Amino acid sequence: MNAAASSPIDKANVAERLYRRRNIINRMAIVMSCVAAVFGLFFLTWILWTTVSKGLGGISIALFTEMTPPPQQAGGLANAFFGSMMMCGLAILIGTPLGIAAGTWLAEYAGARKIGLVIRFVNDILLSAPSIVLGLFVYTLVVAQMGGGFSAIAGAIALAFIVLPVVVRTTDEMLRLVPAQMREAALSLGVPQWKVIVQVLYRGASAGIVTGIILALARISGETAPLLFTAFGNQYWSADLTQPMASVPVVMNQFTASPYESWQTLAWAGALVLTFFVLVLSLIARAILLRNKISHD
Amino acid sequence: MTDLNFSMSAPVVAASGRKSALATTPKMSAKHVNFHYDRFHALKDVSFDIAEKRVTALIGPSGCGKSTLLRIFNRIYAIYPKQEAAGEIILDGENILDPKYSLNRLRGKVGMVFQKPVPFPMSIYENIAYAIRHYEKLKKPDMDARVEQALRQGALWDEVKDKLKQSALGLSGGQQQRLCIARAVALKPEVLLLDEPTSALDPIATGKIEQLIAELTEDFTIAIVTHNMQQAARCSDFTAFMYLGELVEFGETEKLFTQPTKQQTEDYITGRFG
Repeated sequence: MNAAASSPIDKANVAERLYRRRNIINRMAIVMSCVAAVFGLFFLTWILWTTVSKGLGGISIALFTEMTPPPQQAGGLANAFFGSMMMCGLAILIGTPLGIAAGTWLAEYAGARKIGLVIRFVNDILLSAPSIVLGLFVYTLVVAQMGGGFSAIAGAIALAFIVLPVVVRTTDEMLRLVPAQMREAALSLGVPQWKVIVQVLYRGASAGIVTGIILALARISGETAPLLFTAFGNQYWSADLTQPMASVPVVMNQFTASPYESWQTLAWAGALVLTFFVLVLSLIARAILLRNKISHD
Repeated sequence: MTDLNFSMSAPVVAASGRKSALATTPKMSAKHVNFHYDRFHALKDVSFDIAEKRVTALIGPSGCGKSTLLRIFNRIYAIYPKQEAAGEIILDGENILDPKYSLNRLRGKVGMVFQKPVPFPMSIYENIAYAIRHYEKLKKPDMDARVEQALRQGALWDEVKDKLKQSALGLSGGQQQRLCIARAVALKPEVLLLDEPTSALDPIATGKIEQLIAELTEDFTIAIVTHNMQQAARCSDFTAFMYLGELVEFGETEKLFTQPTKQQTEDYITGRFG
């Protein structure tokens, strides 16, 4: 009888102690995750602040209308912006269709075949390959074959090698996220598989695939290494794809390392524009994903 | 009629309120069907008939093979590797399991609705028009008429007629499922396979679908897989009870639920297992 009388109180005490312990652990976890978040945000803010404060001074109309100047002279980055846009655009044009096709094959046709697993694995390696290696690869593949002439097309191909695995991966994963029932429902209407993929599954996966392409664009717009051995650089305006072409990251690379203040200012301005561009792309990607999520709910 | 199965060979008088079980002709006949998922023998020598313009229910505990059986009737299983069906399924005198039988032709004749409603990520109108367009070239007014007809058959028209251009993903679960039925019906199939069409729906939506099933037997032959025995009793003319991949008992619904001939059937329908 004694034990029975005291046990509810004991139980309550134990529960109280366990609850207090959980509470303490909970608070510690919250504090630690806040510290980690502040740590990350601090450096991000610092980087952004430096970019804005040093870059803002170089922002002017001339930045977008004039060519990269010789040392000590005034100028802009017009040829570099144009070159970056051309090469990035071309890289997306080359990498996206190939990537979507390959990703579709992996998700819809490869099934459980070994070759599919191998390709997926190789693609993951390509995804994490150092971009300078891709630059060297395209140098030997294109530049050296063309007699050592640097060209914008070689730069675009090098960037396309960065776009390709990103698009393959997102297409593959987004298609595999489309529920199997949707395939069954569409196929059970007697519609052939390719039509089901193009007309039904792509619609289900489109938000994810587009987001992947946008993020790939954000990534290549800041790539320097693959362009160093391929597009090289050009002080003047050039729209000829077979000739060397300027690009923002390569110009930044050259100008920041120089002792001339006017060049350094231009490099910071370029950095600011580039950062802003990437930020906008990320926001667009987020908006697409968010809108898609809402419409699915 | 020699291929009819055991309990069908002993006809009984149909209950009032149901269509006569007599004078039915088999629309699809399964003959000695075996099915393997890789090495797992999921269906063992199953033979039975699906009567034309009647509702045939497949019941049994989870994993008994009832969905597997249903999925053979339009060969939807064939999209997965390592799934194999053997035996014969006769539709209008032809064996649909013959690899030479065109899948597109089969699926145009045998439509299917799944457990989870899966509207396509497009407008309500497009959901219906999408598949029709694959089979027929229709002018806009004709297509509009077909879409309306299908949505009416799916008992959905009145609820969606003012928002045909809106995304089908915005519909409620019950509406989505009726849209899927309308989508299947729009192709004017001969047979409609329903794989637990109401298990994800609330009782009101379920009631609507069951009513719809009764109306659809005017034009279609229906096979329905259900977990819900009351549902099978309410809306089917024939019932097949399956257990561990075998067809234990098949017969008129009224008879199977009131005077089952097998002990296993009786145990299941009285809730002693499963």
